[in-house]
Amino acid sequence: MKMRVNKLAAAGTVFIALIAVFAIFAPLIASHDPAGMDTRSVLSPPSREHIFGTDPLGRDVFSRVLYGSRISLSIGIIAVGLSVLTGIFFGSIAGYYGGKIDYAIMRLVDIMLCFPTFFLILAVIAMLEPSIYNIMAVIGLTSWMGVARLVRSEILTLKERDFVAASRIMGAGGSWIIIRHLIPNAIGPVLVNATLGVGGAILIESALSFLGIGVQPPTASWGNILMDGKATLGVAWWVTVFPGAFIFFTVLAYNLLGEGLRDAFEPRLKDRS
Amino acid sequence: MKKNTLEVKGLKTVFDSWQGTVRAVDDVSFNIEENTVFGLVGESGSGKTLTALSILRLIDPPGKITGGSVMFGGVDLLKENEVRLGAVRGNRISMVFQEPGSALDPVFTVGYQLREAIRCHRIVSRGCAEDLAIDSMRKVHIKDPGRVYRDYPHQISGGMKQRVMIAMALINSPELLILDEPTTALDVTIQAEILKLLEEIIAARKMSILFISHDIGLIARMCDNVGVMRKGKLIECQESKLILSDPENEYTSALLKSARALS
Repeated sequence: MKMRVNKLAAAGTVFIALIAVFAIFAPLIASHDPAGMDTRSVLSPPSREHIFGTDPLGRDVFSRVLYGSRISLSIGIIAVGLSVLTGIFFGSIAGYYGGKIDYAIMRLVDIMLCFPTFFLILAVIAMLEPSIYNIMAVIGLTSWMGVARLVRSEILTLKERDFVAASRIMGAGGSWIIIRHLIPNAIGPVLVNATLGVGGAILIESALSFLGIGVQPPTASWGNILMDGKATLGVAWWVTVFPGAFIFFTVLAYNLLGEGLRDAFEPRLKDRS
Repeated sequence: MKKNTLEVKGLKTVFDSWQGTVRAVDDVSFNIEENTVFGLVGESGSGKTLTALSILRLIDPPGKITGGSVMFGGVDLLKENEVRLGAVRGNRISMVFQEPGSALDPVFTVGYQLREAIRCHRIVSRGCAEDLAIDSMRKVHIKDPGRVYRDYPHQISGGMKQRVMIAMALINSPELLILDEPTTALDVTIQAEILKLLEEIIAARKMSILFISHDIGLIARMCDNVGVMRKGKLIECQESKLILSDPENEYTSALLKSARALS
């Protein structure tokens, strides 16, 4: 695989693995209770006791960032998983069966794409209660259209290949061919798209939480730690900068990994650049 | 008088387009007797492959079958429902393609695809399917079937791929095997090997075969009966011995003449 050569993608993978370890072992790594307030040390700068400092309520920012990574990563990954599954479902049916079914599904996609996604999410969250699960579902169900188009276009070319005809002659039905042959062959670009999508989903979650309609306090997510720090940004940079840096580098890492995967799956693209 | 495995009567397949209707298969009738080989010969575009696909009712829109009947095992395949037809395809009638390179799915191993061919039609354990798959590869003289079983299609040669395709077509012991230009895409030495294998299969006489080729010499050598197609019509249907010595149709003699001129 070309991945091995791509240093940036490798760096991204290492960083993602590191964040994943942080998230999984947060209770072991965290130095403090992420919700535990310490009124004696409010807004204390980074020190040996609090390596990322404390926030306006005296909570340890490092521990909150660790616990926040659990929320942010799981929302990112599950939301993208949901959008990929939905996209593959609609895209493969549209691509394989074609005709009126294709027309109906692609117009649904067009309609969904007309909504300004972020405001749609805002409106839906305003109506539902802003729980983690609702956020996952809403992000996932408003971002599947790209995947659907991608899968459809892949399947339109794949279904003309001889192995599909061979499979039909062997007696396989539509769903068998889609699941066993078409989706496995189309999965490369979808994986690239999904990896890039995780970064986007993490950003949307952070934005929602920053606006106060995402993950609700006291649960920490990267977005609402940012919000905790915004009032005191002038005096306590650490409350905002550390979670901000985590968001930045995580999204960057996912994008680098996505680009690396793209180069690996489509070697021709890399030669051109 | 032998029993007929397949009786095709008045088969018609058309393609509607804005430029008019193309009669790709036009009123074709022929019978294939039990355990005999029927050859379909004709230039490219004469409707040989579409005849075969129409028998299996695998014509995609805008093409459609507009008439005729295909009697197989006492039922008309053109009137059968999709589910029952699915049980016939690949099981009682199977087909080998011209292009072995693209007929195998590149993302799965050869073994996986052979297992799939079995499991489409029979409920067997994975281990049992593996034994059947390796056994079927041995029957088509693949050396080291255990290794090929684990290989991906890009790891094996074109001739080997065609052997795998033949193994896949034979794996469910079909009553009718359709060979659609099985050697055309291969180079000459491999062609000879595959033909040897096919002759062996024909000599065993365990199934009826529909052999499609543009090579009239090859057809005459391999088949018991021959049908000559041109522009969607079956213009001559003869015993293969007779077609070489005494062709009825002018086109057939022209075809023979051109084949002789080449060799």
